Amino acid sequence: MNLTLHVWRQAGPTAEGKLVKYEAHDVEPEMSFLEMLDVVNERLIESGDEPIVFDHDCREGICGACGVMINGVAHGPEIGTATCQLHMRSFRDGDVVYVEPWRSRGFPVVRDLMVDRSALDRIIASGGYVSVRTGGTPDGNDIPVPKVDADMSMDAAACIGCGACVAACPNGSASLFTAAKISHLGLLPQGQAERDGRALSMVARMDEEQFGHCTFFGECQEACPKEISIDTIVRMNRDFLRASLKRGSHAGDAGAD
Amino acid sequence: MELRSQVPEGPLEKKWDQHLFDMKLVNPANKRKYNVIVVGSGLAGASAAATMSELGYNVKCFCYQDSPRRAHSIAAQGGINAAKNYQNDGDSVYRLFYDTVKGGDFRSREANVYRLAQISVNIIDQCVAQGVPFAREYGGLLANRSFGGAQVSRTFYARGQTGQQLLLGAYQALEKEIAVGSVRMYPRTEMLDLVVVDGRARGIVVRDLRTGAISSHLADAVVLATGGYGNVFYLSTNARGCNTTAIWRAHKRGAAFANPCFTQIHPTCIPVSGDYQSKLTLMSESLRNDGRVWVPRKAGDNRPPNQIPKEDRDYYLERKYPSFGNLSPRDISSRAAKQVCDEGRGVGPGGRGVYLDFHDAIQRLGEDKIRERYGNLFEMYERITDENPYKVPMRIYPASHYTMGGLWVDYNLMSTIPGCFVLGEANYSDHGANRLGASALMQGLADGYFVIPSTISNYLASNKLDAVTDDADAVRSTVQDVEERTRRLLSINGTRTPASLHRELGHIMWEYCGMGRTAEGLQTALTLIPKLREEFWQNLRVPGSGEQLNQTLEHAGRLADFLELGELMCVDALHREESCGGHFREEYQTPDGEALRNDDDFAYVAAWEYVGENVPPVLHKEPLTFESVQLSQRSYK
Ligand SMILES: Cc1cc2nc3c(=O)[nH]c(=O)nc-3n(C[C@H](O)[C@H](O)[C@H](O)COP(=O)(O)OP(=O)(O)OC[C@H]3O[C@@H](n4cnc5c(N)ncnc54)[C@H](O)[C@@H]3O)c2cc1C
Ligand code: FES
Repeated sequence: MNLTLHVWRQAGPTAEGKLVKYEAHDVEPEMSFLEMLDVVNERLIESGDEPIVFDHDCREGICGACGVMINGVAHGPEIGTATCQLHMRSFRDGDVVYVEPWRSRGFPVVRDLMVDRSALDRIIASGGYVSVRTGGTPDGNDIPVPKVDADMSMDAAACIGCGACVAACPNGSASLFTAAKISHLGLLPQGQAERDGRALSMVARMDEEQFGHCTFFGECQEACPKEISIDTIVRMNRDFLRASLKRGSHAGDAGAD
Repeated sequence: MELRSQVPEGPLEKKWDQHLFDMKLVNPANKRKYNVIVVGSGLAGASAAATMSELGYNVKCFCYQDSPRRAHSIAAQGGINAAKNYQNDGDSVYRLFYDTVKGGDFRSREANVYRLAQISVNIIDQCVAQGVPFAREYGGLLANRSFGGAQVSRTFYARGQTGQQLLLGAYQALEKEIAVGSVRMYPRTEMLDLVVVDGRARGIVVRDLRTGAISSHLADAVVLATGGYGNVFYLSTNARGCNTTAIWRAHKRGAAFANPCFTQIHPTCIPVSGDYQSKLTLMSESLRNDGRVWVPRKAGDNRPPNQIPKEDRDYYLERKYPSFGNLSPRDISSRAAKQVCDEGRGVGPGGRGVYLDFHDAIQRLGEDKIRERYGNLFEMYERITDENPYKVPMRIYPASHYTMGGLWVDYNLMSTIPGCFVLGEANYSDHGANRLGASALMQGLADGYFVIPSTISNYLASNKLDAVTDDADAVRSTVQDVEERTRRLLSINGTRTPASLHRELGHIMWEYCGMGRTAEGLQTALTLIPKLREEFWQNLRVPGSGEQLNQTLEHAGRLADFLELGELMCVDALHREESCGGHFREEYQTPDGEALRNDDDFAYVAAWEYVGENVPPVLHKEPLTFESVQLSQRSYK
């Protein structure tokens, strides 16, 4: 099949960008979306043009590097699918496809379809861990974890940090990302000691990073390639509130509404 | 060059403990004065960087992705081994050690493997404490599954995302150290050379992938944890960015490269579907716990799988290896798949595939149980192939997956360049000629959390290191080399894209240095690769400049190194006139087609020294002596 692409091209963070039209020929249904872009890029290089820049690495939906807006939808039309796992059988001959980078204040464009998502790392650095050092830890079976808790924790821990939730959110909020980590750790006994502090500092960091507030549109869970549920956000808000009340401080001003 | 293994004296079980006691320490206040560079943020790199930072060292950590969390360890699916014996099924440190040495076809160093098995139990404790959500039984205790090459259940897992969860544990530990300022992280930064001053590794030269700026970073020791080189085959289960550049440049600066031809072809990957294909996707070995591998008994049987009755199927692994069956080790399973396909009994397009069938397991356990165990893998399979594996058997075929070879290291994980340490898949150390499933994650974390923090202290405490500055000759000339090379790559202005050349290299490697190797084939490859390299340097096209983000340039640089490494792999494969593990020389096989080792002549590690362009590499041998296990022909029958 043949497609017409309109791809966002932007030479650098401060350069002006625009949509450029490309024809993608001989696209096969078994190709992934990125393989389709590879083919377009091969032709661009051969003709001496600069290829379209996009982030990618594992190409199996787990590293979280890839991600573009496809016709305005983060990661494209398939539910629970990262861009690298989206296959061209989801498109039809003659389709016109708009390909753009994640758009959010928290994610400045680096080049073309590639954005800077380092804010997500900084959110983790603000408390998304259990403060244990290497060594001296108790035996793995000393603390039983109910299977249901372990499973729910794993559901949240499956986040790949791609940023689709932010890109899909009309407010540009990173709540799903942040809540997934707070839930992952908060559901395990190992995460209890720092639970309050974690919620307070991660939420505060999220706000500092220019991400918007959550108003429960629910677009994030639709876009999430791992189908993480917005129930995690409810859990985050509860943890945040509880922690703020306990501390009796003004920490609540950071807001997790 | 001399290979000194530095294996401590004393009985096998006591070596590591004794060594820990004998090694010198750096006192806590002094640690702050030392700078350590860690290249790589996978399981090995992230765990090493976090732990050394906790101890007090100043750490700089580098990765080429936009975040350390995206290192390819993230993609490991099946699990991690540990000799916990929680199942009470007869496991022990010794058994894990024994299985690993045997699984590696007796081409690894006993002392290292024993240490690995010992440390395995601490790894699980560490990860649990970090909040890794391992699978649990209903009683709340940790669950296990089985992996190839073992008859006990010792593999810990987090659904089909074990690597992801372990890496996130290490990444979070790393972020915690970044937050306190004792690790400085450099994402989107690629190491392009090693700085060696007065014979010691003292830094690296990197390119900032966003701006193209080339600069040096100096330190008291350099740790390379840059993963495997499976992408030399172009198509592999590795991420697209996985490369050999860091270790290859270190090799060219004096680090011996050990057993480069020991590569692992994984038996269960989704078959190739077309020329545009950019990578191959693994279907975890854990699936072989419940899936049965078969092909039609007769060549040319084109009936859909469901219509082929049991008596017309050949469950060839169960038939040939009754005691390990579908859980036979990877090298053996891959070769068996190739063999049935060569006989014309393969299934799917091109006849390059075998069935992995869950029908019996679903009958026995129900679809829900299977979904719980492998749900995400089944989904992944369906997304790629558009076939529902709950209903029709998966089609799988072997693909390049893991590289046992890597930089030679001593017991302290130090390469032949003092001060340059190598961890994880990038070193050659623990897996001999074949790695068992669920052992790479174990090794990466053992190296990073538990070995390097001690051995690096010993190195720093035992050596007086002079200060080095950016304007030292060795530093400046290394930076210049990198600049010059980058300029060269950009100036060829030919007609071929890196991808097209890479694909061609991949074909050569797969054909002649893949699952079956012959002297003749390897000689052919040794004429084809230099020609292709010439084509590369004459006809490459890299648009754009070096002073900007340029992914074509990145790919070209990595390919240039693969084009050199590929040749060394063939040289190594040609010289090793025996079959062992993943290295199958067709001339050397038993009457029933199994690998035929030659312990008299080849029970050694082949460590190759680089001595200059267009000069044959020099072979150094580290003899392997086995005190604790008896050398025997591997049998999984
Ligand atoms: C699909 C798949 C599934 C697997 N499943 C399992 C499993 O179930 N169990 C198991 O035990 N093993 C498994 N393995 C093997 C295992 O995952 C790897 O061997 C292991 O994770 C490697 O870890 P590492 O830390 O050595 O390297 P990696 O995780 O590959 O990390 C390499 C790091 O080095 C950086 N880097 C590389 N080159 C450069 C450079 N030039 N400059 C700067 N940085 C650089 C990268 O950015 C990255 O951070 C699997 C492998 C694959 C591919
Ligand atoms: S490339 Fe890794 S998730 Fe898509």
